[in-house]
Amino acid sequence: MLNTDLFSTLQQNFSSKEQIKIALIGNPNCGKSTLFNALTGLHQKTGNYPGVTVDKKTGVCKAQNPVTKQMQWFRLIDLPGTYSLFPKSLDEQVSFSVLMDDKNVDYPDIILIVVDSSNLKRHLLLATQLIDLGRPCILVLNMIDAAEANGIEIDVNKLAELAQVPVVSCDARHEQGVENVKNTFFAFAQNVKPQQGLINIQAIVNKDYAESVHRFVNQTSVYASLLKQRSNIEKDEKLNAYNKKFFTGFESRDMLFRFEKIKKISLDCVNYTSVRKDLKATDKLDRFTTHPFWGFVIFILVLFLIFQSIFYLAEFPMQWIETGFSFLTQKTREILPDNFFTSLLTNGILAGLSGIVVFVPQIALLFGFISLLEDSGYMARVSFIMDKLMRKVGLNGRSVIPLISGMACAVPAIMSTRTISNKKERLVTILITPLMSCSARLPVYTLLIGIMVPSNYRLGFFDVKGLLLTALYLLGIIVAIGVAAVLKYILKTKERSFFMMELPVYRIPQLKTVLLTMFDKVKVFLFDAGKVIMVISVILWFLTSYGPSKEFTAIDKNYTESLTKANTGSLKQELTTAMETQKLQSSYAGHLGKIIEPAIRPLGFDWKIGISLITSIAAREVFVGTMATLYQSRDKEDNLSIRQKMMQEKDPITGKLVYNFAVCLSLLMFYAFAMQCMSTLAVVKRETNSYKWPIVQFVYMSALAYFASLLVYQIFK
Amino acid sequence: MKGLRTLAQLIKGETATISSFSDDTLALKLIEMGCIPGEKITLQHVAPLGCPYAFEVNGTLVSIRKSEAQFVLISK
Repeated sequence: MLNTDLFSTLQQNFSSKEQIKIALIGNPNCGKSTLFNALTGLHQKTGNYPGVTVDKKTGVCKAQNPVTKQMQWFRLIDLPGTYSLFPKSLDEQVSFSVLMDDKNVDYPDIILIVVDSSNLKRHLLLATQLIDLGRPCILVLNMIDAAEANGIEIDVNKLAELAQVPVVSCDARHEQGVENVKNTFFAFAQNVKPQQGLINIQAIVNKDYAESVHRFVNQTSVYASLLKQRSNIEKDEKLNAYNKKFFTGFESRDMLFRFEKIKKISLDCVNYTSVRKDLKATDKLDRFTTHPFWGFVIFILVLFLIFQSIFYLAEFPMQWIETGFSFLTQKTREILPDNFFTSLLTNGILAGLSGIVVFVPQIALLFGFISLLEDSGYMARVSFIMDKLMRKVGLNGRSVIPLISGMACAVPAIMSTRTISNKKERLVTILITPLMSCSARLPVYTLLIGIMVPSNYRLGFFDVKGLLLTALYLLGIIVAIGVAAVLKYILKTKERSFFMMELPVYRIPQLKTVLLTMFDKVKVFLFDAGKVIMVISVILWFLTSYGPSKEFTAIDKNYTESLTKANTGSLKQELTTAMETQKLQSSYAGHLGKIIEPAIRPLGFDWKIGISLITSIAAREVFVGTMATLYQSRDKEDNLSIRQKMMQEKDPITGKLVYNFAVCLSLLMFYAFAMQCMSTLAVVKRETNSYKWPIVQFVYMSALAYFASLLVYQIFK
Repeated sequence: MKGLRTLAQLIKGETATISSFSDDTLALKLIEMGCIPGEKITLQHVAPLGCPYAFEVNGTLVSIRKSEAQFVLISK
């Protein structure tokens, strides 16, 4: 399409009040997302670009035409941060294809170029490339407050004249000038002439070649055609063979010429009146945060704070959610008749829902903290000081936060790996995070350690129970690192591991950004991972509450008689518990437990443990509840009574205690390594956008668990 | 060539001028980050374990691994 047509079509769209598509694009750290939030508020949603796990943020905003006073709707898309139109990472590739592919649903009518005014020179590189596409562009000088505070004066009118596009300044963090940005959209409601190229194309590529490419590719400008051709030949070997020579050195020539142009532009319209204060302040802080000693002290303190908060603060809302759901379940049971649907509703759907919602406090808290760290600029320093250590095992400085968060819960931890840009490093981090001892393992550990170690048993100064628990946490960390080191050699990647990144100046985080991130992540979890969790939950419900009908009718018949005869409440209660136990034992899950018994015998497990292993695929802590049902413990909440029953349990043939030291240790190993968490699997499926990786993870962790249990049982029995 | 130094050899607090790059892919990334030939570059911080480095160039703090810095040639 000719670019003059592009501008006149856009003008018509304004007059016919059609929704106009605007794309926000800019370098990382230009405040693009802050501006996006300021423009759209809560009218936004997050999804994925098809086929890749890059967050796609879209939203709408309404604005009034300052001339005609009519309202106009705009559809905004926040493109991933990009340094130039020569894409190198997945993020940049996504931005490029949305921007350059006119068949893409998000192909913008207007390109909103966002730059950091306090770093104008560098940010203008991408801006000049975009302007040279010859399409409707607006240049937004964001963070104008930071520029002013650091003595940088920008002549907006002069810049607009030189750049040949509308220029508007704003401070999105403090919501200053956002209305002006909206008003500038309407510049294209008038007759606007397309801009001319800012650099001389002939200087960077053969003139005849450029012209023939333009005729053939036919984009909005010669430069746009060249960029399109460049990206086409990267995908096509035949095209590449002929065209490659014309593009040798194209990118660096392009960028160097642009910087020359930018220097000239900034001489004319930027005035530096003082030295930069923010860099000085940042430098002072960095002397501590990157200090060989204090750097780590600060980092550990920050981690400790986050970890403790997730662990303890989330506890209360999680309890409310659990109590709330059990109340709801009980009430539903009382009101509705006892049939298939009520059981499906209470034990399948409500149980599944509660299993999903219970993660919300942890996810919200973790992402609140992560957003604080990102927004303040400290996150980049964490990567900076940890990079060397993590690189040794094929990870990245950015893997630290997910791994540590995994000690609270793997679900939000895995969701937070999106900050790792290298695909392989991100995948390895996802695969090993569930090995960190999460909070759901705690009830299982406590129960088993309680059986193994007589109370008040001390080893010199230390309580043995505490020591054992610490050892289990350490074991998780060590094995996770070991697995990472192995995966480093197994997983192959063509992507080179770069670490180059900006260490942004420190800023005070904005509450709005933090809250929006929390809200967004919770929403994504509830709706995306929630679906998978729900399905697994219903399947598990079916397996545990149904069995071969003959056996079930027999049990029903048996107990209805005695239940009607039972005259005291406590007797009735006892009979019901006994019936539940028998039903679980003859359910499909029970049969499965018996089927897998030969396989788990070498680990020291009987079929009852087998049932628990199956049910706790839902979540590790379900182990405790299943044990309670299996051992007819009336009070399922009471850890002590289950423990006593388990401690007394004897093997019907040999007469020996079932839960001896070796079995407990073997079980501990199993729960330390096995992938017993459907929510994590669901999140891994979402985050890797494939079924392959959750399956790989499930298989490798189960194998690890199996062999670790086998080993300790065979040694200690 | 004698006297040819790379960014990896800079000592903390030292400033130099970028002259060229000896790796093409890396050059592109570096230019995008503002490491343009002719610009002054200062080594500001070194990570606790000796790598990566943090350089100030063009008003931005950029973190670069030692292995990447050796492809950047500098002059006094």
